Amino acid sequence: MAMATETQKGRHLSPFFQQSIKLAKILLSIAATMLGLLFVTFFIGRVMPIDPVLSIVGERASKEVYDAAYIKLGLDKPLIVQFFKYVVDVVQGDFGQSLRTGFPVSDDIKRLFPATLELATLGTLIGVFVGVPLGVIAAVKRGSWIDQVARVVALIGYSMPVFWLGLIGLLIFYGNLGWVGGPGRLDIFYEDIIPPVTGMILIDSALAQDWGIFRNALSHIILPACLLGYYSLAYLSRMTRSFMLEQLSAEYVTTARVKGLSEWAVIWKHAFGNIQVQLITVIALSYAGLLEGSVLTEIIFAWPGIGSYITTSLLSADMNAVMGGTVVVGLVFVLLNIFSDLLYKVFDPRAK
Amino acid sequence: MSDTQSLRAWLLTETPTSRRHAKLSAIYHAWLSFRTNTMAMVGLAILVLLVLIAATAPLLAPADPFAQTLADRLQPIGTDGHLLGTDSLGRDLLSRLIYGSRITLYIVGLVALIAPITGLLVGTVAGYVGGLTDMVLMRITDIFLAFPRLVLALAFVAALGAGIENAVLAISLTAWPPYARMARAETLTIRSSDYISAIRLQGAGPLRIITKHIWPLCISSLIVRVTLDMAGIILAAAGLGFLGLGAQPPSPEWGAMISEGRRFILDHWWVATVPGLAIFTVSLAFNLLGDGLRDVLDPKDGEK
Repeated sequence: MAMATETQKGRHLSPFFQQSIKLAKILLSIAATMLGLLFVTFFIGRVMPIDPVLSIVGERASKEVYDAAYIKLGLDKPLIVQFFKYVVDVVQGDFGQSLRTGFPVSDDIKRLFPATLELATLGTLIGVFVGVPLGVIAAVKRGSWIDQVARVVALIGYSMPVFWLGLIGLLIFYGNLGWVGGPGRLDIFYEDIIPPVTGMILIDSALAQDWGIFRNALSHIILPACLLGYYSLAYLSRMTRSFMLEQLSAEYVTTARVKGLSEWAVIWKHAFGNIQVQLITVIALSYAGLLEGSVLTEIIFAWPGIGSYITTSLLSADMNAVMGGTVVVGLVFVLLNIFSDLLYKVFDPRAK
Repeated sequence: MSDTQSLRAWLLTETPTSRRHAKLSAIYHAWLSFRTNTMAMVGLAILVLLVLIAATAPLLAPADPFAQTLADRLQPIGTDGHLLGTDSLGRDLLSRLIYGSRITLYIVGLVALIAPITGLLVGTVAGYVGGLTDMVLMRITDIFLAFPRLVLALAFVAALGAGIENAVLAISLTAWPPYARMARAETLTIRSSDYISAIRLQGAGPLRIITKHIWPLCISSLIVRVTLDMAGIILAAAGLGFLGLGAQPPSPEWGAMISEGRRFILDHWWVATVPGLAIFTVSLAFNLLGDGLRDVLDPKDGEK
């Protein structure tokens, strides 16, 4: 009975109102997840066996100076008050000062994030443009040698330590062959020439029409991007393959073939058309994975991005920077996940 | 008729005489279909070999993995007495590799115990109890899922201090949520089935239902998932070791060995290459085994 009235009520609501309720629900779940993320980072920052006061005032500070700093940091307040203050600060984009760089953490992140974004984007592009066709072909020619090759390529991708492959890549293509630029984003004499617009050197140099810098930046980014691209490719080709296999065994494909459509049209227009939404979801997930998974890659290639920022800060016990970086990466991760969820709901009528 | 033949016939029987008989027969059938998968058998063989190497490390290793001979530093592969060469402190790489297999197995074994069991507990309780408990537990799971895994593990290790045990804890903390999700989904389908109602009517309490009737049914998909996750766990552990946050020197952990060899990569490539190949081989073996197990235990997802 209660259920019946509820559905009745639901019918009377205007579509606009229903949409807003849906939106509010999504926003609420983002907020809840973000609050959880903040709680975890806050907790990690608290249990850290490093005294934040000592790292500011130094080992030899007097008792008075120590106490003053202790109170100024708000450490005398109850934990829940501290957590509340932390949340308010983070919402306002204030992650505190980095002890290592001396800048506000938010400024550091703004400066470094484009580098990570540039690398992950290029990696994802490589993964999509190689992995998706590979997956489709593997599904269509199931059991053939090309399917086997795709399988081995993916298996190796799943099993190879990324930092090791990066080192071997540097050894071969930089050390022995000299085909690519070494670690870093640019050669040292190219640095700080072009004004940062987007922070992504490839785009900035193209905007400034400085093709020398563009070529140099490309030679530096190509190896780490291919490395990340390979991991993205391994995942995307497998997913594409299983999506395609599911479609190809469906009856409408048989119908299309019986109708006399060319194999090309059956595969790319009908079957592939039906997996696009699933595929975009998976691509978004793999993109999020690359944004965070680039931690080790950035270290190998001395790439000045968020990943290497978090790790070097960790090693010098700069907790503000670590927590700030972690929150930002977590936020991007959550947003991309929700974005892919939304895409599913908007573009796939079956999900309703 | 020889003993093995009669054992085979006993195992292949269509009419089992006892519960144990039926169970053993089912396992034997699974093994027979698993055995036809060559790749999976290769994976299994590598892993059995790894366990043997780890168990007999002191017998196999030609030298003490910690003994430094500075005169013999950075010897190339194939040097007399050092089959795989030596590192920057003149330690025998083959011996370090052999002892390192113990650390790898230790980490993988512990994580493979902690993460699925935690996930199983959380997932089945959430799924069976439902209501507010379910909501709270799943919200927590979602939060951990939302976190980038390596970054979270990094932060945890930093907070707890570097070391193998803390690396295990950090990796487990980031690895359990998918198991919880899976166990919950399975519990939800099992919970509403008739036989659960039947035992409930016989007076079985929730504890008995969960431990005796729900867990056994979640196990097979859990095992497949664990095997497929092992490669990721090995790579994560090696990554932490590489960053200096896992096993500490002079411990011969493979990731840490790569990190040590990194400085000499251009002139002495083998120091970093050899442990990398070891990591690759072991995680590849786990992937092959996991694929094969999935085909046997979880036929609906497997490829025909």
